[in-house]
Parts: sequence; C-alpha cells; structure tokens
Amino acid sequence: MSIILDHVNYIYGADTPLAVKALDDVCLQFPDGQFVGIIGHTGSGKSTLVQHLNGLVKATSGHIYVDGEDIYDRDYDRKKLRSKVGLVFQYPEHQLFEIDVFTDVCFGPRNLGLEKKEVELRAYEALRKVGLPEDLFYQSPFELSGGQKRRVAIAGVLAMKPQVLILDEPTAGLDPKGRDEILGQIKELQCTTGMTILLVSHSMEDVAEYVDRIIVMNKGRVMLDDEPREVFAQYKELEEVGLAAPQVTYILHELQERGFQVDVNATTIGEAAKTILQAIGKKKTNI
Amino acid sequence: MGIIKTKDLVFEYIRRDEDGNVEGITTAVDQVNLEVAQGEFIAILGHNGSGKSTLAKHINAILNPTEGTVWVDGMDTSKEENVWDIRQKAGMVFQNPDNQIIGQVVEEDVGFGPENMGIPTEEIWERVEESLRAVGMYAFRKHSPNKLSGGQKQRVSIAGVLAMHPQCIVLDEPTAMLDPRGRREVIRAVRGLNQVEGITVLLITHYMEEIIHADRVYVMDGGRIAMEGTPRDIFSQVERLKELRLDVPQVTLLAYELQQKGVRLPDGILTVKELADALQGYL
Repeated sequence: MSIILDHVNYIYGADTPLAVKALDDVCLQFPDGQFVGIIGHTGSGKSTLVQHLNGLVKATSGHIYVDGEDIYDRDYDRKKLRSKVGLVFQYPEHQLFEIDVFTDVCFGPRNLGLEKKEVELRAYEALRKVGLPEDLFYQSPFELSGGQKRRVAIAGVLAMKPQVLILDEPTAGLDPKGRDEILGQIKELQCTTGMTILLVSHSMEDVAEYVDRIIVMNKGRVMLDDEPREVFAQYKELEEVGLAAPQVTYILHELQERGFQVDVNATTIGEAAKTILQAIGKKKTNI
Repeated sequence: MGIIKTKDLVFEYIRRDEDGNVEGITTAVDQVNLEVAQGEFIAILGHNGSGKSTLAKHINAILNPTEGTVWVDGMDTSKEENVWDIRQKAGMVFQNPDNQIIGQVVEEDVGFGPENMGIPTEEIWERVEESLRAVGMYAFRKHSPNKLSGGQKQRVSIAGVLAMHPQCIVLDEPTAMLDPRGRREVIRAVRGLNQVEGITVLLITHYMEEIIHADRVYVMDGGRIAMEGTPRDIFSQVERLKELRLDVPQVTLLAYELQQKGVRLPDGILTVKELADALQGYL
C-alpha cells in the first residue's frame, strides 16, 4: 500500500504565540514493502510525521494520499485507514490492560467488528508472529518481562492485519538481545508478508542493520532520504543535527585516514569485517 | 567500609490474590554481595528482569531487603531513622526525565531538593548555580523545562540530585529515551561529576558503549551477580555476554569477528583508537 505526502505542514498551537512548526513542507513517498528508518533528534518531527500517516493528526496544510485516495477527503473512511496503517507507540506496553495476553490482543480485531472466530484466529496468529511462547498466552500481561510485554503490544496491532506497520522506538529500554529479537521478527514480517515497515529510532546501529532506506528529519523538514550507506556517509552533517553514524563508520574512517584501503561506507559489522579483511589481505600479499 | 555495601542481599516480590493470599514469590535479588568505594564509577549491566533496578532501589532505601543488609556510608538502610540521611547521601535519577521534573523554571526545579532539606535560601541559590554549571545547563536556568530536549531535561534531573550534595548518584537507564547527542551529553556530565567532583556513580544501562570508562562492571542475571570486572575483562567475554542477553560495543564486536577470521588482535578492544592501533601492524 503506497503512501504519498504532498507538501505537508503541521503547526502546533497555530494562531497562538506558542505556535511551533513541527512539519515543514514534507514531501515523501512510501512504496509497497519497504523497510524505512526514520531518524532525527528529539523534537525533530519524527513522531508528528508518523502520526499523520494514520490520520491521528491532521495536517495544517498539504495532502496525504493512501493508495491514491486523499485521506482528508470528506467521504474518506478514516476508520478503515486506521486498520490499514498500524501504529505502535513508544512504550506500547503501557497500553496493555486486559485480564490476559490473548484477550488483550483480541481487542483490536474485535473493534473492527469481526466475528469471534476470526478475531481469535488473528490474535493467535499475531502472537505466533512476534514469537511469544504459547504458555504465556493466558497469563496476565502485567506479569511478563519488558520485552515480552512489548511483543504483546505489537501483536495487538498486527492482529488488525495492517498493510503498513509503524513503530515508534520499539526497542527503547530493552536489553540488547530483546532489541535484536524484536527487530529480527519485524524484518521477517516484512520479508514474509511484504508489509511496509516504518521504524522510528534513536539507535543508528539498529537502523543501519535492518532498513532499506533512511529518512533523516531535522526541524520538521526532510534533511536526507537515501540508502543507509549514503546517509551515514554524511556523518558530519548528522552530528551537526544531534545524530551520529554507527560506530563502524567511525572505525572505517579512522582506518582510511591511517592509510588502509577500506570501503568507508560499510554500515554493518559484517560489511566492515569484510572490507577490513580485504584491505589487510591485499597488504599481506604485497609484502 | 565503602560508601555502599550489601551483604547477602535478598529481595522478594510477593504476589497476592484479591483476598491477600500469597500467589507466588519472585526473588528479584538473590544473595548479592557488593562493595563500592567512595569515588568509584560502577556500571551495572543485565537483561530486562535481571534485578538491576530492584538492586538500585535498595541503595536509597526505596526498597528494603527481605533478607541481608545494605549499608550506605555505614548506615543500615532498613532502619527507619536512617532513611532521611541515606536519601541525601545517595541520589537517584530515573529513565524518563518527564517524570522527575516538577518546577516551572529550571532553577526552581533544581532548588526543590535542597529546599526540602531546609537549607538556607542563600545557600540554595549557590547550590543551584554550581549544580547547573556542573552539568552544563547554567545558561538555561531561566528556561521552562518543557521546552528543553530530552538530554537537557535529563541533565536538569541530575542537577536536581546534585544540589542535595550527595556522595553517590545512582542512574537507572538515564539515556534510554535520548537521541545520540542527548546520550553523549548525559554521559559526559556523569563522568564529569565522577572525575571532577569525586562523586560515586552507579550507572545502569543497556548501551554498552557508555560503560567503557567505568572502573568496574557488575553483570546481573537472575538476581545474582553473574560477572564482575573491568570493562576490558567483561567485554573480552563476547560469547558469555551473549548468553546473558547482552552485547558488546560495536568496535569490540568487530575486533572479535576479525579475530575469528584469523586476524591477531588483543582481547577486549574498547575504543576505535585501540582497534586502529592494533591493526596498524597489518599496514
């Protein structure tokens, strides 16, 4: 499902002395099946941007087209939009409330007005997809660990079968293994279902590892929009706006400065190891 | 005795049903013995649910031991009459700065702690100034905390603790919600407090890069201390850390991967410079 943002502006507190421009002339396209990372410092407009995509926040001006339809059209079915574009907020585990995990995940699809059987089937499937062990399905969600709770919350959104899944910092506060597990499962979802995934993150390492494309937000504007290696190549510009590149970028630049022939645009550990091995391998044979 | 000492510390969360009958017991901290000397920088690692935060909450007497004893500067935290003094000695900073800031203006927020301690007004202002300077937020003293970035807010929280003149600060994932610059700012401020002011620091974090400068690291698992050592000792054990659901800094992992491919490198490389130096021989 494609989403197009056409000159979108959003002003908080418009017509008051406290007006803040949170989105400034944003034009973007999200084609089907992409895994997109959205990065930017606190207050750069990332969360405001994603909240537009399922109609939670209405643009002050500009248009948003989902599958070719303008979501601000008077007769556009905004409820349908919310089932198509699933949004997982920061700390989604704070929104768990039901008596057990399974009932909690049923809440979303039940509200779509589906039959009981279909609701339960979807809940079951969603919980399997996020890799939650079956013996936890009938436990209270409040007795789970942080990572498990978060998975239940993501399952709650997945059970609505969205075509686009937006996650706002899904790994904040999780331990490294939990981080890898959740992101790995999201990546697999994208690969197996062709779902479009938008990942808002403060972790450059995570973004570098998983996404196909990075959008860098700064002061409400799109500052960069490219593949990870192209974006992180501009690490000095990123630092100026409060971001950074993954640590491997700094390692490779340091090595290049010292005369190693490495590919400085590698963004993951695996790629970096490969280019370093090649560089020192060459040297070995020269000697 | 060090500034913080625990002996056979056990803490159990007891779950009860509606009638008050015991449903189950979770041992969150299990037989922990640790000792921290004044002025040390200690990092505590561990996966979610390993008992880090429960342990931390014992240090300023938010929680009391089920068994065993915790001493802060020689005072037993389970004795009611010590609690007031202990909370002044050991301050605590939590993950979300928005839950810790109450003032409408930065300097008022920082003054809240010493005001509650009954410090004379003039001295409060001195403490507010020095605390805000120590975390690099003095220029923002007249600002509203609502308009600050995450990293700035978190530094205001730290200044608020600092203004109470603690000997020890416990920080429970202070950077989890921050962007890269915010994280850097907070860690720099914390290291400054430790090195310049000599304040003992206990830092709980999931970001491995943040603890490479710690004097010692404790790794927790299942409520117990699973590993203890310098960052270099700890990060040399890549496989063991992975078993404990943890990680190493990217540079350490890269060095480890290169080692696996037959490149001769020392164990436990912690910084970009160390790796580049070690690879220099291959040039």
